[in-house]
Amino acid sequence: MNDENRPQGDVDEDQLLPQLVAHLREHRAKLRDEWASRIREAHLLEAMSAQEMAAETTSVYDNYVEVLETGSVEALQHYARDLSERIIPRGVETHEVVGIVLLLRDVLARSLFEKYQNDFALLNRVLDAYEPAANRIANTVAVSFVEERERVIRQQQDAIRELSTPVLPVRERLLILPIIGSLDGERARQLTEQLLNGIRTHRAKVVVIDITGAPDVDQTVANHLVQTVDASRLMGASVIITGLSPKIAQTLVTIGVDLSKMNTIGDLQGGLEEAERLLGYHVSTEEGITSS
Amino acid sequence: MSDTGPALVSILRQGSYLVASVHTALDDTQMLRFQHDLVERIGTDRATGVIIDVAALDVLDSFGSMTLRRIAEMARLRGAETVIVGIQPDVAFAMVRLGMGPGEVPTALDLEEGLTYLNGHRDGQPGSADRPPRRPQRRP
Repeated sequence: MNDENRPQGDVDEDQLLPQLVAHLREHRAKLRDEWASRIREAHLLEAMSAQEMAAETTSVYDNYVEVLETGSVEALQHYARDLSERIIPRGVETHEVVGIVLLLRDVLARSLFEKYQNDFALLNRVLDAYEPAANRIANTVAVSFVEERERVIRQQQDAIRELSTPVLPVRERLLILPIIGSLDGERARQLTEQLLNGIRTHRAKVVVIDITGAPDVDQTVANHLVQTVDASRLMGASVIITGLSPKIAQTLVTIGVDLSKMNTIGDLQGGLEEAERLLGYHVSTEEGITSS
Repeated sequence: MSDTGPALVSILRQGSYLVASVHTALDDTQMLRFQHDLVERIGTDRATGVIIDVAALDVLDSFGSMTLRRIAEMARLRGAETVIVGIQPDVAFAMVRLGMGPGEVPTALDLEEGLTYLNGHRDGQPGSADRPPRRPQRRP
């Protein structure tokens, strides 16, 4: 480091950043504490304990300085992704992440003001070197935080889609289709496809759709359901819908979906009994084994 | 009909029923010709039931399904009950989307089911077929 040149203000341009980094390393403990207290004042990261915060701020600080030093975009992205991965599971919001990174930038900038206060020209040049790098970090962190979030959301959507809707044969020519979780347009479309193909492969005559596990339906999905029932009829299968919750029943009547042709029965048990009746099955308990 | 090409629809006799298999997508003219032929055959063969098998179709436009519905109605007027069988999943959903629900014409999964349906209805009251086959087909 060209420490002896510093007061004269004739430091080489490419020496500025290393010098700056050395300064930030040197005063690491003090700056980090100051940053942490600014974070507390701003009521950010309150989901974290004091210990966690100390650990996080230290590692974020070190990484920040390192990225300042190397300036490599790759390291920066890696750093940001790593930060998001660590921080998202703890329930940290986007504004908090952006907030703490901006705070760190400000804390470091202040310390630079203090250090170079006697040499305005040099301070300007130091800031010229510092600001773009710091802004790039803030920017990249914000972007990768949002990207990481979206990745998590996409992953969860995929997981839900895979769980989706099994078509289960229970007796010869009788299918059950339990629907768990909320139905959106995409899931409803998938359900129709699986049901109609299931009717063909299993040569089903009766299908029981149980929607006990569906919290709510909207008009589009309700109409889609009606169309699915009609399409099943065209393929020669009657559909029984069971487990309409009070809420869904109210919704359907309120939004005026035409359910007059729908065969609905209170619960899955009743639905199965009706289906067996339609198919001509007679289920009886053997005498003497159970009598409840 | 004199303008014969390759057979697009075969109309076969099975007992007192007619089985009409549609082999390929029909255009409007061909559809009308099919309608004409089938309604004619009901009279000459003294058929009491008609099964229209559309299993080979992967599309059915609005005119097509409307014609099927009209054939069913004409057949009923001429004393034969009609059941449409073999509607493919995609076709079924597309038909519903186009506003052609079940109800007017009885439908069944395939030829076998269609025969069972007609047999079941001849024992009972024919014509009361506003629902798909629902009577128990299976004896325990």
